[in-house]
Amino acid sequence: MSTRRVVGPFNRVEGDLEITLEIAAGRIDAAYVNSPLYRGFEQILQGKMPADALTLVPRICGICSVAQSMASALALADAAGIVAPPNGRLSANLTLATENLADHLTHFYLFFMPDFARDEYAGRPWHAATVERFRSTVGTASNEMLAARARFMQMMGLLAGKWPHTLAVQPGGSTRPLQASEIFRLHRILRDFRLFLERVTFASTLEDVARLSSRSELSAWQQGSGGGDLGHFLRIADDLDLWHLGRATDRFMSYGCYDEISGRLFPAGVWDQQHLPLDTASISEDISHAWYAAAGLPQHPAEGGTVPVADKLGAYSWCKAPRLAGQVVETGALARQLIAGHPLAIDMVLAEGGSVAARVVARLLELALVIPAMERWLAEITSGEPWCFPAALPEEASGAGLVEAARGSLGHWLNVKRGLIHSYQIVAPTTWNFSPRDAHGQAGALEQALVGLAATADESIPATIHHVVRSFDPCMVCTVH
Amino acid sequence: MKLLWLQSGGCGGCTLSWLGYEHGPLFQVLADEGVELVWHPSVSEASVDEALELISHCADGQIDLDVLCIEGSLLRGPQGTGAYHRFGGGDRSMAEWVRQIARRARHVVAIGSCSAFGGVTAAGINPTDACGLQYDGELDGGLLGPDFRDLSGLPVINIAGCPPHPDWITETLAMLARGQLSAGDLDDYGRPRFYADQLVHHGCPRNEYYEYKASAIKHSDQGCLMEQLGCKGTQAHADCNQRLWNGSGSCLRGGFACIRCTGPGFEEPGHPFETTPKIAGIPLGLPSDMPKAWFVALAALSKSATPARVRENARADHLKRTPSVKRGRK
Repeated sequence: MSTRRVVGPFNRVEGDLEITLEIAAGRIDAAYVNSPLYRGFEQILQGKMPADALTLVPRICGICSVAQSMASALALADAAGIVAPPNGRLSANLTLATENLADHLTHFYLFFMPDFARDEYAGRPWHAATVERFRSTVGTASNEMLAARARFMQMMGLLAGKWPHTLAVQPGGSTRPLQASEIFRLHRILRDFRLFLERVTFASTLEDVARLSSRSELSAWQQGSGGGDLGHFLRIADDLDLWHLGRATDRFMSYGCYDEISGRLFPAGVWDQQHLPLDTASISEDISHAWYAAAGLPQHPAEGGTVPVADKLGAYSWCKAPRLAGQVVETGALARQLIAGHPLAIDMVLAEGGSVAARVVARLLELALVIPAMERWLAEITSGEPWCFPAALPEEASGAGLVEAARGSLGHWLNVKRGLIHSYQIVAPTTWNFSPRDAHGQAGALEQALVGLAATADESIPATIHHVVRSFDPCMVCTVH
Repeated sequence: MKLLWLQSGGCGGCTLSWLGYEHGPLFQVLADEGVELVWHPSVSEASVDEALELISHCADGQIDLDVLCIEGSLLRGPQGTGAYHRFGGGDRSMAEWVRQIARRARHVVAIGSCSAFGGVTAAGINPTDACGLQYDGELDGGLLGPDFRDLSGLPVINIAGCPPHPDWITETLAMLARGQLSAGDLDDYGRPRFYADQLVHHGCPRNEYYEYKASAIKHSDQGCLMEQLGCKGTQAHADCNQRLWNGSGSCLRGGFACIRCTGPGFEEPGHPFETTPKIAGIPLGLPSDMPKAWFVALAALSKSATPARVRENARADHLKRTPSVKRGRK
């Protein structure tokens, strides 16, 4: 006999989240993830001039704002059949990377770590130090991190005018030409951020972190030269065995990101015990358990629509259920690094699966991997070369824009008819990770990851549930949009 | 000063902007200024049941709330139920929670243009019947109604902007904590005058191009964005080009148009955002306080007097001609 318990509102998840648990014998039997906020961007965009999407879609999300801009710019560029000049590409990479890395930092310090400072953990050997360092808003790390983050976000002042919500990212490149003295200032900001990470987050060089190739090397690094706040987390992860907590499907997807001359820095693909190619034509969105009018079989987003029905029977979320060839996939930094072939990511997942600890380590690993790439992109900018090409859109066109936000794969699919947006469908990272069930009853990634965890009908929700939920770095405002 | 922050139909970008505060680490600054976060959806430890209990105590008066901050539009749909945003863990819509708590708070602050006026969530067909706390676009009303006054007698304080600058939020809260914000400090739309009495045009680095109507015609050009590319900086109330964003930025410095995001209805300008609407070649949106005939006469005169340097640089992405260096005393 199971008991139902509605749990919410979850916070530190960038938006609204509620989860219904079915609990039996002190364990979660089943979880139903509900995104309780609907705004209707896909309806708002219908009938607009296509270029207006560049103003509207960043405002889907205040934390993935540039990723939304990029997806939109790429969809429009695809529809117009144009490619940005090298400076435009480099500027877009730098802008997206700044957002993604700042998000990784924000997630780790402000959203994820404070749960270990909970009183529930009093008595653990690391608890007192964790309270001092990570307790929400008062821990020493939060103010230290905010100062470093504010300095790092000065990248955005130069690259994109402001953050969030820029119009600098255009289909034809960037509106913001950079001169030599500005490039020098960007270099100084990047340098300061590198120094912060090397002093505070890792207590180690970025290169030493990027080079870690296995779980055992990670442990040896932590016990030897390495440490910092990642080391602090690893001590907790080992003590609480976060390496075996929160597994979902162990099938991963990435669209790839950061365009280079030949392909993307992190390539697109699927990981299922091994690297497999990604066929985006096999993406579909199932709305059997979401509050939308049924449109027959699940549809590819290029064909899909959005008609809300608030009282639909059997539905329990505003989130649609995207599937890849009918299957649930997990997306995020861990997926990106598995598919990019990083040996530490592969070793973590082959040994113990996609866990809370593996997701967090992959995110911090990306900080160490992407800063050197940003330093390189900055050096590749050529003053005097063009920044932006004009983009003329035909009256009838379609396009797709696929990027990686910090928290995973983001896709925009656009159809233009008679010069206006006919349909605009968005599938966000957390739409994948926090999807409800599909018509076959297949639970979404978080729904699977919660099954088996300890919970009771009336006592306070154990911190482990918070760790699992936040390990995905959810962005709920993107999820439904 | 006890502060509760809730989010509804928005993107969370106001909070993310705020976290980028540059005059000291934000949490330390708030503590210094006596601002205590009872609960904030992005940063507080309390979650699920603990959070719901805190918020309930703000609604029933057990917690004596000084400031209620609302980020995001208020969603009245479908059919007035508010069901497009039910607050997690209970049965009530967020709109209902906001109505209840607003009655108990000493001050009610709209964080961003969504909670001030409706904002982008109210764009297009406004699928969720989104509005602001005390405005529905330009119209008085919104969720709380035109006559709403907080316990101190103020209307809703509208820190409009999409997003607002982190300083606008921090300084408004500090003024409230110090008891230094009165009705006279708010403009006609309830916006704090310390930033809303300025125009985005003030301090615009493209000023010389504006003077000579030397206009950019495509993205990445250095010229003025008013004539072709949709810029509303001469009409938009904010100090963006004096205060600057993320160190040294602003929309204009980023090379793109001001879309007047601190004003009601900016989300539906009636023309494509990045294209200036014109009749007979004259932009429809003229600079604030400028009669049309004067603008036309001045524009014609200044265009005829545009130096070649300014004209050429306006349509390039870097300086084609530098200002000539004068020798001697004159």
